[in-house]
Amino acid sequence: MSFHQIIEGYKDFHIPAYLSKVSAGEVKAALQKDFLKPQDFLTLLSPAAAEHLEAMAQKAHQLTLQHFGRVIQLFTPLYLSNFCVNRCLYCNFNSGNAIGRRKLDAQEIRAEAKAIAATGLKQILLLTGDVPGKAAVDYLIEAVTLVREYFTSIGIEVNPMGVDDYRRLAQAGVDSMTIYQEVYNQAVYDSLHLSGPKKDYHWRLNAPERACQARLRTVNIGALLGLHHWPTEAFFTGLHASYLQNKYLDTEINISLPRIKSGPVGYQPQSPVSDAELVQILLALRLFMPRSGITLSTREPAELRNHLVPLGITRMSAGVNTAVGGHIDGHSDDGQFRISDERSVDEVQQMLISKGYQPVTQDWHHIAG
Amino acid sequence: MRVTVNGESLELSESTTLLDYLIRRNLNPAVLVVEYNGKILHRDHWSQIQIGDGDTLEILSFVGGG
Amino acid sequence: MDKLIIGGRELKNRLFIGSGKFADESLIGPIVAQTGVEVITVALRRVDLSGGKENILNYIPKDCVLLPNTSGARNAEEAVRIARLAQAAGCGNWVKIEVISDNKYLLPDNNETIKATRILAEEGFVVLPYMHPDLYAAKELERAGAAAVMPLGAPIGTNRGLKTKEIVRILIEECELPVIVDAGIGKPSEAAEAMEMGAAAVLVNTAIATAGNPTMMANAFSQAVQAGRQAFLAQPGETTEYARASSPLTGFLRS
Repeated sequence: MSFHQIIEGYKDFHIPAYLSKVSAGEVKAALQKDFLKPQDFLTLLSPAAAEHLEAMAQKAHQLTLQHFGRVIQLFTPLYLSNFCVNRCLYCNFNSGNAIGRRKLDAQEIRAEAKAIAATGLKQILLLTGDVPGKAAVDYLIEAVTLVREYFTSIGIEVNPMGVDDYRRLAQAGVDSMTIYQEVYNQAVYDSLHLSGPKKDYHWRLNAPERACQARLRTVNIGALLGLHHWPTEAFFTGLHASYLQNKYLDTEINISLPRIKSGPVGYQPQSPVSDAELVQILLALRLFMPRSGITLSTREPAELRNHLVPLGITRMSAGVNTAVGGHIDGHSDDGQFRISDERSVDEVQQMLISKGYQPVTQDWHHIAG
Repeated sequence: MRVTVNGESLELSESTTLLDYLIRRNLNPAVLVVEYNGKILHRDHWSQIQIGDGDTLEILSFVGGG
Repeated sequence: MDKLIIGGRELKNRLFIGSGKFADESLIGPIVAQTGVEVITVALRRVDLSGGKENILNYIPKDCVLLPNTSGARNAEEAVRIARLAQAAGCGNWVKIEVISDNKYLLPDNNETIKATRILAEEGFVVLPYMHPDLYAAKELERAGAAAVMPLGAPIGTNRGLKTKEIVRILIEECELPVIVDAGIGKPSEAAEAMEMGAAAVLVNTAIATAGNPTMMANAFSQAVQAGRQAFLAQPGETTEYARASSPLTGFLRS
């Protein structure tokens, strides 16, 4: 069964109607369970559950401590290129936007890597705009080869690819891939992605599964929160993670909670998500998927990020610049999105230590041979 | 002629059909299953099979088991 | 109505029993009549040519589902052979795959069990594999076409109870198929424990057959299985493990 079939299975199930009928008793019953069924998870995304955030938080905190300890992984993105062939209404890299376009060459990639490595980070996420094709894969492999000496974990967040390309990247040294479906609702997806290969909903939807098949260690998924009715989107994100985890036991499935507050000029998120709602999504996901890593980006302001640490987060980005070449030039114009937490890696580490958490910049070490 | 029945080598004085043989051994054919020379033989064929020299029979039935 | 469907058959009773080890097999009829047990396992053996013994089928009510096991099989090939023989005996197309080559602990061989399951499921059997509880094997059995998985609670015939509880719990959570706890269940409370966890059914043989009063023990098991099932369906109430907050974690949302 494909994940799309699972989505289709909910075609005649009216999620908002279900959510409005959830009772406090059902929320408590769901909170009581060791293993949550999809329906319990949905229950925890209801307005009724919003009244029980503290109880959810206590359990989420316990589960996270139990499975991960007081540990937060730190990483940062490295933007390689902002050339993009898609027109996504909410994204600055939209090919219709008049921004400065840039693609780092080998020398620049090395300089960026060096600048990031100097902050102590060992886990990197390489990003590009969407430019599908063999040349782009070759470029990415070249970049991986260049940065390998600086980092012990290399992730990619690029356009969806086929299994063979993921395999090539894995051989080159990539151990994780991140891809957000952006929005699971197919009609909304179609309306937000005006043109470009990204219009192919299914190719994107199945990309995480192809990465699992290519045996990447970690696959990170998410919905861009704010694009559509958040409980529905959070629900399908969780189901997607659960589907992948059940089918690919050897892959670590992670979930991200990117929240869009404002996009390019002229775009306003249709279903903005409040802080309390973001917390509810995080907690419900943690209770549904107790062993999944959950990533929080610097889109969120410093203070909120501090508060979210004990609630189930396991990975945070730090020292972020979303502009291509931002680490060498020190500018952040024409970035992919605006970040809110501008603290340095060191400051984020100090915050974690002060909360009794251990910041981890390196999860494993490669042994030659 | 010699036949092997449930691992035991036996001498049969005369040729007989499988069904007659089972009855003669006081077995209830309705609750048996028979493997004839390594092949499962449907009960409908038991009256047509003439046991011959060198044949191997496995005669099984259900017993208590968990 | 809470029914268990296996191989297209609706079962009302979630206690399966084995017919082995009864000192007096004529107890099986009354046990079935009193408990409403619907599924009974049997084994296939060479007939005793010296005659004498009454056939076990004469003691099993006709409307029961017969679940022949493949006991005696040491590999997939032998299990397949026994299953085909059982089917030829005209007792339906259910089979409990049991592949054991370990004579000391009688533990099932999951690899061979998977192979046999694949072959027999393809031939249209309703395959219920007895297995060592292991998530990967259970998933493989699912893919191989099993109708349920039957993890052991403890080694066969030991009456030691639900020793594999933590892993069986994971199988129940992760498997689409019904999980039937087979082997090792020694007491009704242990059967109830398995059912409370969400097991679809339990299979009990030794604990009933070798009890001082098998009929009374079968009744006790039947009630325990029902009680456990009801408890599972009723969803246990709240315990307060997480409810006593030492310090609030979401206070910042109100500020």
